[in-house]
Amino acid sequence: MTPTKFVGVGNYLDMLSDPAFRSSLVTFLAFAVFIVPTTFVISLGAALLVARTRVMQSFFRSVFFLPTACSYVVASLIWKMSIFSGIRSGLANGVLGWFGVDSIPWLSLADPPWYWLVIVTARLWLQVGFYMILFLAGIQRISPTLYEAAAIDGAEGWKVFRHITLPQLRATSTAVLLLLLINAFQAFDEFYNILSTFGTYPPYARPPLVYLYYTALGSGQDFGHGSAGAVILTLIIAIVAVVQGRILRLGDRGE
Amino acid sequence: MSDKQIGREIGQALGANLTRRSLFALGGAAAVTGALAACGSNTGREPAATGGGASGGSGVTLNQWYHQYGEAGTQQAVEKYAAAYKDATVKVSWKPGDYDQSTAASLLTDAGPDVFEYGNGPTIDMIKGGQVVDLTDLIGDTKSDFNPSILERMTYQGKTYAVPQVVDMQLLVYRKSMLDKAGIQPPQTIDELIAAAKKLTQGNVKGLFLGNDGGAGLMGGPMLWSAGLDYLTKDNQFGFDDPRAATALGKLREMWDAKVLLLGAPKDWFDASALTSGLTAMQFTGLWTFPDIKKGLGDDFGVLPWPALDSSGKASVPVGAYGSCVSAKSKDVEAAKKFVKWLWIDQTQDQLDFATSYGFHIPSRTSLISQASTLKSGQAADAAKLATDVGHAQSPILWTPKCATAFGDAMNRIVKEGADPAGEIAKVKAVADPELKRVLA
Repeated sequence: MTPTKFVGVGNYLDMLSDPAFRSSLVTFLAFAVFIVPTTFVISLGAALLVARTRVMQSFFRSVFFLPTACSYVVASLIWKMSIFSGIRSGLANGVLGWFGVDSIPWLSLADPPWYWLVIVTARLWLQVGFYMILFLAGIQRISPTLYEAAAIDGAEGWKVFRHITLPQLRATSTAVLLLLLINAFQAFDEFYNILSTFGTYPPYARPPLVYLYYTALGSGQDFGHGSAGAVILTLIIAIVAVVQGRILRLGDRGE
Repeated sequence: MSDKQIGREIGQALGANLTRRSLFALGGAAAVTGALAACGSNTGREPAATGGGASGGSGVTLNQWYHQYGEAGTQQAVEKYAAAYKDATVKVSWKPGDYDQSTAASLLTDAGPDVFEYGNGPTIDMIKGGQVVDLTDLIGDTKSDFNPSILERMTYQGKTYAVPQVVDMQLLVYRKSMLDKAGIQPPQTIDELIAAAKKLTQGNVKGLFLGNDGGAGLMGGPMLWSAGLDYLTKDNQFGFDDPRAATALGKLREMWDAKVLLLGAPKDWFDASALTSGLTAMQFTGLWTFPDIKKGLGDDFGVLPWPALDSSGKASVPVGAYGSCVSAKSKDVEAAKKFVKWLWIDQTQDQLDFATSYGFHIPSRTSLISQASTLKSGQAADAAKLATDVGHAQSPILWTPKCATAFGDAMNRIVKEGADPAGEIAKVKAVADPELKRVLA
């Protein structure tokens, strides 16, 4: 593993001009743009519902939180082999069968890209519960007097949420957004386990970590280009995190 | 199809019971790790044994690595063979997980094995990097007894770098009763195959199963051979820049469009369950599934090679083998070579036992095939004959992982997205030409 010649920034330029690497960056940006707000909204919604309910509150909390304890690999395999298998006995196709719809090979088709449905639902199931708990903790710290004052002023429903709950959750929201973003950028487990077959991976839906895994650790063993790609990726995540922190903190000052 | 895949195909493919076994194997690995940690060595390599310490007498300790085979008893078998070796102490390591990658990486370090198996022999980069030792003289005059296309796959510039252990193959398996009912003869050309698949597709039963990706990963090579072409020409140039290749690869898309391919089966092509549970009438799969097929279908199945495109093409079956290699970083290369010769060339009874007692494979020495009771009759005998007659090593040694990735991506786009085969082949050529230049330099 002794380097034979100094290539300067050659490996970085190679990676940046590699269309497969660039398309992997697009893939993961698209994935992040979709999954971050979706998880945010769903877990906030779940937290509000669970916080309001008066019956079986701890039951609902546990039920939504439980998937967090499940391994990404295990969930991926269940999603791939039993829920979204391409045959009639798969759960999704079984349901379609009741309405007389033909079986859909979810993971085999590239067009339309049904595999996104599989990947996104798996991730939502796995992570919504965790962020719900974070929001729940935030909601419980909001002083009830604020709500009482709002009620006296005649505010209810959406207005209470918009002007009291949401602003009071700013600290929690910032943390959740940051965690979600980092999580999205770390996308590997469910992609790899759902889409790879025998060490090969289709040329689409390939986030950078999956692509780098095949470049650097695959039989190619191209550590130089792999490391260059990893550094580029780290820089992107750092920049996005800093920018995001700035934006949300600026909002703080305005208050 | 990339080289490393064969390994997975052979081992992982045996897969139905893998889960429980891999748990055992992981437990075993943990125990081994514990033992090593207790030795106070972080390199994974035992301190060189001296004098009377080792049981092997001569004092040499060899580390031998295997990937984790799926069949019960395999690990005990290789440990038994190793224990019987008198001239050195052989420590067998059973490696679950990503064997090819971790082995390739360990060869760069001092913690690697002395003797290790690798799918279809070492890669061209290992050979050119001087990481593996020339084993030509071990094979000597037994050369003619090995499956020729596999031995050639492990040979570079006249030197052989691995000794084939057992041969595995893939082939087309069909349900006799389903074909009879539909009044179809076993297909002999690709067009007959497509016609048959169309006729056999009824309700929830599909005509043909080539893997959940519609054959994109599996059928590239067989399709080229079917057109009478290959990955590379005889003089190691790009081999399928040819309109016939575009036609052949386009046939897979034709099957996809006709909706006769089974897609999204819970277990992929390496498992017999799609065929035995009646999801498909024909399936391209491995020889290792025969015990399961027999259990599920009795005698209701027949075997075929992947058919020729037309009269100027050729039928074929992909064959592959794990090859036993010697690391150039071994502390005692001569002792390691001696052990490889002893086990994989001289001990023919052990080789026969390894090939036939646990899973379902073909011995790599042709002279042993007639002694294998499992291959004497029926479909298994037909299959063994196909492997010898039309067997085709999965991909040439110069077809590097980079080429394989480019080809795999192209196949995906052709089959799944309906991309123009000729254009995709040109893209593969653009990657393969500089790669070939690099490895031939």
